[in-house]
Amino acid sequence: MSTAREAIFRRIRQSLGRTDRGAPPPSSWRAALESDVRPRLDREPVDNFVHKLESVSGTVQRIDSSSSLIDALAEHLDRHRLGTRLSAAEYPVLAGIEWPAEWEIHTGPARGDDRVSVTGAFAGVAETGTVVILSSPESPTTLNFLPDDHIVVLRSEQIVAHLEDVWQRLREHTPGLPRTVNLITGPSRTADVEQTIQLGAHGPRRFHVILIEA
Amino acid sequence: MQRSASAFKQQAELALRDEVLQRALAKAKGGFVDKRRLAVANLPEFETIRTAAKSLKEHTLAHLDFYLEQFEQRVVASGGQVHWAGNAQEACSAVLEILGDQPRQVLKGKSMVSEEISLNAALEAVGHTIVETDLGEYIIQLAKERPSHIIAPAVHKTRDQITDLFHAEHVKYGYTERVTEVKAIVDEARAVLREKFLNADVGITGANFLIAETGSTVIVTNEGNGDLSQILPRVHIVTASIEKVVPTLDDMATLLRLLARSATGQEMTSYNTISTGPRRESDRDGPQEFHVVIVDNGRSEMLGNEFHDMLRCIRCGACMNHCPVYSAIGGHAYGWVYPGPMGSVLTPVMIGLENARDLPTACTLNGRCAEVCPMSIPLPDMLRELRVKEHERKLTGARTRIALQAWAFAARRPMLYQTITRWFTAVLGRFGARNGRFRSLPFASGWTQARDLPAPQGATFQQQWRRHR
Repeated sequence: MSTAREAIFRRIRQSLGRTDRGAPPPSSWRAALESDVRPRLDREPVDNFVHKLESVSGTVQRIDSSSSLIDALAEHLDRHRLGTRLSAAEYPVLAGIEWPAEWEIHTGPARGDDRVSVTGAFAGVAETGTVVILSSPESPTTLNFLPDDHIVVLRSEQIVAHLEDVWQRLREHTPGLPRTVNLITGPSRTADVEQTIQLGAHGPRRFHVILIEA
Repeated sequence: MQRSASAFKQQAELALRDEVLQRALAKAKGGFVDKRRLAVANLPEFETIRTAAKSLKEHTLAHLDFYLEQFEQRVVASGGQVHWAGNAQEACSAVLEILGDQPRQVLKGKSMVSEEISLNAALEAVGHTIVETDLGEYIIQLAKERPSHIIAPAVHKTRDQITDLFHAEHVKYGYTERVTEVKAIVDEARAVLREKFLNADVGITGANFLIAETGSTVIVTNEGNGDLSQILPRVHIVTASIEKVVPTLDDMATLLRLLARSATGQEMTSYNTISTGPRRESDRDGPQEFHVVIVDNGRSEMLGNEFHDMLRCIRCGACMNHCPVYSAIGGHAYGWVYPGPMGSVLTPVMIGLENARDLPTACTLNGRCAEVCPMSIPLPDMLRELRVKEHERKLTGARTRIALQAWAFAARRPMLYQTITRWFTAVLGRFGARNGRFRSLPFASGWTQARDLPAPQGATFQQQWRRHR
């Protein structure tokens, strides 16, 4: 394979009019882009997050304290008749939670027939109503995709204005990225049959955020 | 990938007469265009972002070797492997080598590069089983067709056709009822594919972006199929072309703001996923191996030449959605992997102008594609450039060449030109005065076969100009 590699780099450099590696790009290049590419938000970040997520068929339940989390979950499970068998991540926001004794809580990766998952999140993005979830032993990625219903518990202070703010927090959070960073904006959807939008193609049919505004 | 780009004219004529295809195209028409228009109108910063996007991509291309090396280093540092492929054959060999000798169950997320290198055929030839998991790709895999659109591969299929296809192919899984509603169709595909997801060895996806800063690959999807394809199997292979690399996550954010809006009119697709290396030691799911196959296939030679701008393309499909030719004939008539305006540029460049000589002329030069292109790619200019090359290389028909040369001879001699045009408009004007148009004309059947020629008003523009000045 090394020969293919050498040939590709040789052709690239030839096309660029060089024979060797050349100087690395000057660090000033980004300043030359000059303009601010971050869209102005029409609302306060938290309101914008809720508005954007709801406009793509996500649902948001705003509560004012983590003490009402179980009630909020119970209400959502009840409204959609989802039962009380949950696959839960062990994200900090869920770590200390006291699950009702009669609920069946499963931790670890999702299984093929799991109906509902509950996870935390690393951040929310106001710009697009996006939830950012990092893979980790406590937060297996399959929880975000296999179940029919995905519920995310998010704290309002985790909501940042733009995607760039997420990258900044990520760089501060950890050297190098985790295996998977999921940016999730609403439920799974497809328009592959006659351009008609249908929710629940392969991933979750419903995407629900419980937003704790403490 | 089978090529039939040289048969464009016949294929286009068949497409125009194909009633089912025309019904499917009519359904799609307008949807993409209206949604994009609304999404762009709702983002006042669109033009600013578009300008920045062009600059950042040009910067990246000017330092492409640097960013590809940086990307490679970071992939390796995070535990993944990089494989380089100069052409389609090398790319397929690289994937085959990763798969090994055992027949594998392979899931595919949508990847246009894998179509370009005919990956499925190469894998199936040695006994691997491939399942396309994007619903559109799955439909056309069952139909044994190729994508007719780069983001809506089954846009040429009507719901009735999909119903028939599913009925024929899913009986073996116990689905005996015909599903006709969109929801039921999607649910059935979900159930059939869920089994495949849970029992696969390898997942292959494309990449919308490669991030040099972090050594990550990024997929942009709505269904979640790409994610299931890459987190459930033991091995994740990414096929991506060299121009997909961007310096940082910030640059990806800039391009993401253009991509979904230009493609489907969404502000953000449902799932944007950044993958870096294999699963970490204590992770409880995710792939244990992570491979990136980086494909050149002619792109390094486009750098800096007259088709350089094409390397900025982010594969949104806006050009084809706004193309009157694509809207009339669909994507298959173009005869290779990439249809529409971007395909009419890429196909001749990648498979040879002599194998796709009709594509550059399958364009009215109306300019809508360049107007909507988020990366400001001058598609009509490049198609015109290809026409010049065709003329220079004598790839056009003898009649066309003689006619063009005769016209050029006259056009450079104003007295002669005016005399001829005066005579033509006077004669044609007199003969055509009664109907105002001609249904057929000798030596112009190529025009009048498909439409009437309006009769001239009896005087040339120059004559009228002199009279009214």
